[in-house]
Amino acid sequence: MVASIKFVSKEEGLKYLRERLGESGKDLLQGFDGDNNPLNDSFTVEVKEPRDVADAAAAIEALNNGQFPKPIYKVSYGKGTVETMFKVTEIIRNVGLVLVLLLAITAIFLIANTIKLTIINRRREISIMKLVGATNSFIRWPFFIEGALLGLLGSIIPAGALLYGYWALLHTSQLDLSLMLIKLLPFSSVSYTLAGLLLGLGIVIGVWGSLLSVRKYLRV
Amino acid sequence: MIEMHDVWKTYADGTEALRGISIKVNPGDFVYVVGPSGAGKSTFMKLMYREERPTKGQIFVNGFNLERLKQRKIPYVRRNIGVIFQDYRLLPKLTVFENVAFAMEVIETPKRTIKRRVMEVLDLVKLKEKAGSLPTQLSGGEQQRVAIARAIVNNPAVIIADEPTGNLDPETSWGIMKLLEEINLRGATIVMATHNKEIVNTMRKRVIAIENGRIARDEQRGEYGYED
Repeated sequence: MVASIKFVSKEEGLKYLRERLGESGKDLLQGFDGDNNPLNDSFTVEVKEPRDVADAAAAIEALNNGQFPKPIYKVSYGKGTVETMFKVTEIIRNVGLVLVLLLAITAIFLIANTIKLTIINRRREISIMKLVGATNSFIRWPFFIEGALLGLLGSIIPAGALLYGYWALLHTSQLDLSLMLIKLLPFSSVSYTLAGLLLGLGIVIGVWGSLLSVRKYLRV
Repeated sequence: MIEMHDVWKTYADGTEALRGISIKVNPGDFVYVVGPSGAGKSTFMKLMYREERPTKGQIFVNGFNLERLKQRKIPYVRRNIGVIFQDYRLLPKLTVFENVAFAMEVIETPKRTIKRRVMEVLDLVKLKEKAGSLPTQLSGGEQQRVAIARAIVNNPAVIIADEPTGNLDPETSWGIMKLLEEINLRGATIVMATHNKEIVNTMRKRVIAIENGRIARDEQRGEYGYED
């Protein structure tokens, strides 16, 4: 359940706080050195799955049981916020899934229609190809390539927008999420998988769209 | 070479185009198919290159039973059949050379072979000098010669010509006939549907007349036999 545990002494905590607050915190934190340090020693516990955070917190809290004075002063993990966030992400995920499905179906039909127009446009050429003995696969593959390219093209743009958006979000100074105990995943760990998935999905949608039209309008 | 056994064709709209056709065409034959418009000539021609399929009966071309043939084998049968139409059916955006080469490209012939063979057939149809021209820059007779070049470029054993002189003036038509005769002499079997009385009566080849979906006549060294 737990991924890592890091000890942060109160001196380190103060140093970290100074760094976070920068210029504006200089006056605020003046004189809080040595014995005047108001912070406690702390442990930063990182869990593997975000969903486990509440359980982990409860387990840690339980270490206090039967002991006096309490060795652990406070367990803080953004209680309430985390639960709300899970609910919100779940709703977003479900709505997103439905949207993705609807858009994918729309995209398939749009591409199918484009391929249909290409087939009709090249009808003469295709009939001559059949006449002189071109195989079905020879006649068909250019349409699959076209569909795949359309799908790829259609996914490059949103993939780019999405990656740029995420990158921008990570680099906003206004929204310092790290202060809220919740960390966003680093850019490199999301970008490749996400871009790959999007482009792959685009190609699949493109080929699927072509398949619909090729089967319907390219009777060989 | 070509055989039909009791072939019937009824279209989806109920039209009975062919009603019990049986013929045999031997290798090297030159056959004219004549008959009034709408008598079933076109259907008869289309059955031979499997553009249409019979409602009943068996058709053999080059030893293949077209009705028992697997779908994916059809292209290979068509490679041995050259088809020529009244309206040439050339690709307008391709040059003469490219139009002929197209027939070899789609069956994946090596590039070097294509170049050599295309120039060879263009020489045969006397269009070597026009290799770089577009079809629109050519006369009707020249366009039909390009179509013939395309039909023979893969060395088919059978040539199916559906009114190849239908759009041409008499003099040009004779040029096309000379060419087809030469191709026939080189060994190809030719089946040609025509309305050209003069050509049929002068050439005196085998004549098959189709009327009302049946064979009305089948004569060696036959005549056209109609007054139109």
